[in-house]
Amino acid sequence: MEEGRSSQQDYVLRTVEERGVRLIRLWFTDVLGQHKSVAISPAELEAVFDEGLQFDGSAIDGFSRIQESDVLARPDASTFELLPWAAEDEPSGTIFCDITNLDGSPFAGDPRQVLRRNIEKARESGFEMFCAPEVEFFYFADNNTTTPQPLDKASYFDLTTADISSDLRKRTLHMLEALSIPVEYSFHEDSPSQHEIDLQYTDAMAMADSVMTLRLAVKKIAMESGVYATFMPKPLNGIQGSGMHTHLSLFKDDANAFYDPDAENGLSEVAQGFIAGLLHHAREISAVTNQLINSYKRINEGYEAPRYVSWAHNNRSALIRVPVTKPGKLDSTRIEYRALDPACNPYLAFSVLLAAGLRGVEEKMKLPKEATTNLYNLTRSEQQDLGVARLPASLNEALDEMEESSLVREALGDHIFEWFLRNKRAEWDHYQQQVTPFELERYLPSW
Amino acid sequence: MEPLLVFPNTPPPELSQALDLSAWLWKGVDDPDQASVDDGWSGAVVAGDMNLEGALSFCRNLRKRENPLEPVLLLIRADQLSGIDLRDDLFDDFCLFPINPSELKARLHHLFWRTGRGTSPELLHYGPLTLNVETYQATIDGHPLDLTYMEYELLKFLASRPGKVFTREILLSQVWGYDYYGGARTVDVHVRRLRAKLGEEHANLIHTVRSVGYRFGKSRWEL
Repeated sequence: MEEGRSSQQDYVLRTVEERGVRLIRLWFTDVLGQHKSVAISPAELEAVFDEGLQFDGSAIDGFSRIQESDVLARPDASTFELLPWAAEDEPSGTIFCDITNLDGSPFAGDPRQVLRRNIEKARESGFEMFCAPEVEFFYFADNNTTTPQPLDKASYFDLTTADISSDLRKRTLHMLEALSIPVEYSFHEDSPSQHEIDLQYTDAMAMADSVMTLRLAVKKIAMESGVYATFMPKPLNGIQGSGMHTHLSLFKDDANAFYDPDAENGLSEVAQGFIAGLLHHAREISAVTNQLINSYKRINEGYEAPRYVSWAHNNRSALIRVPVTKPGKLDSTRIEYRALDPACNPYLAFSVLLAAGLRGVEEKMKLPKEATTNLYNLTRSEQQDLGVARLPASLNEALDEMEESSLVREALGDHIFEWFLRNKRAEWDHYQQQVTPFELERYLPSW
Repeated sequence: MEPLLVFPNTPPPELSQALDLSAWLWKGVDDPDQASVDDGWSGAVVAGDMNLEGALSFCRNLRKRENPLEPVLLLIRADQLSGIDLRDDLFDDFCLFPINPSELKARLHHLFWRTGRGTSPELLHYGPLTLNVETYQATIDGHPLDLTYMEYELLKFLASRPGKVFTREILLSQVWGYDYYGGARTVDVHVRRLRAKLGEEHANLIHTVRSVGYRFGKSRWEL
């Protein structure tokens, strides 16, 4: 490990020198999933590789308490990339960092370390999780928060060559490929000005890094063209929101652990346990997979968003969809978790998904019956007859569920678990004190 | 750099592994006639563990040529040492089995230095692609490629063995070594990224060999 590391660092140092890199951005993420960046000069890089970069963590949301505030950013040399959007005469590079305490131990407030710990736990059982998210987002004319203006009125698969947003998307794709993030598909979604980028699967850590980079690249390129890109889950009333449906699979000993040729539907015991675990814990992990008050406006209005804790092969109203494995493509056996939205912290979201699924595998949870009917139209009593629970209707309800969850506490660690609840409870309380336009329109005239 | 000539045609696995690990270009040869033709070898590694006399007569062929091939590194077992008495003219240095890959690499580097080679940067060319093994830089059509470390290492491994088909497992063990996770899927992920960075025009430098693995370009023996 040590030797491999130093040759990776050597590679980065050489590249920085050969390519005349002027600036290196050290990237990391706060607990809410906001992208943080510290720039250093090439001259500092070698020392930062050796010793890390010390900074005051109390300035970062969810990091340290004041009395123990200093932490180290330790660059992960394997993630080094040259930034394709840097000016040609001023090349700059980026590296994702792990945050450690001054004694070198993993810092409990660092989402990347949380995911690393969950991945390592899965590896103890021989599993490696692969993820492929489908990231949706909107382009608006600007970030005017009263009335967001969509850029176009095209819909699904429309070919609109004059469309400024298709040009934006093309440039974004080139940018992502240059950043080692291969794109599977990219197309126009159902709603005006909504777009979707599907990423090709990779391991959970690289994918969480990729989601962070993708959000930055999409926003950056939009901004250069004078428009605004947003990953807010539900920016417009009455119009489908933005999700981040994520395909998940487990591999063990180089074989897809979800596939079993002898099982019904080709789903192995591992796959059945994993799905069952996700369903069992879906309500508890909801605050992490859907962390905004606004996230629940997407989930509750239907469209492509799931409302009920259920699974199915071919039913887009289910929380977990299990695409039918194509013959000859057995390795692609996977499940699609449809609640996630693109405003999540990908490190924490992948952590709780992995932990919930693995719990189901460990405890050999039984897979509930497939939901074959369209769940959107269920009445309350039909829902009870079917035995399907609803996803939390609000962030508040999701936080209540999370607070009781030993699984989420274990997956996130005490530090982040407690900070997250405190922070989100405060956000909810603040929201509850607002008088909304809905209330004014509805109540003022009649009361 | 020209390939190394390796005798015999199927060298002991530990030798081929050690050469692959240090990214030497090499080709196995059995036929002494082929050895006596001057066709652009950078040097030779001759294994005598199975048949010392045969190996020494092969070395003699290399030296008999109009331009005697050097350097020649002879590999033998310790109990064969008496067999090379008075044959110092046939080889430039020798190395003992079992092979220590670092020692083999160091001896070859030293021999190349002594024979006036290996002082220029080690460049690896294939069609539009050039890799500078010393500075870790890669260019395609003269434009620099921005690669991550593992992308670079994978490209270097493949490009230094054009035409050879590698399974995902071999690539994992040779390029990632013991420090990897994610199994063979990791290889697919990196190949996809490499192709994206090579660009549409050159993405097909890396061929997918159905249900086997990957191959880079064509063998230079086919060109």
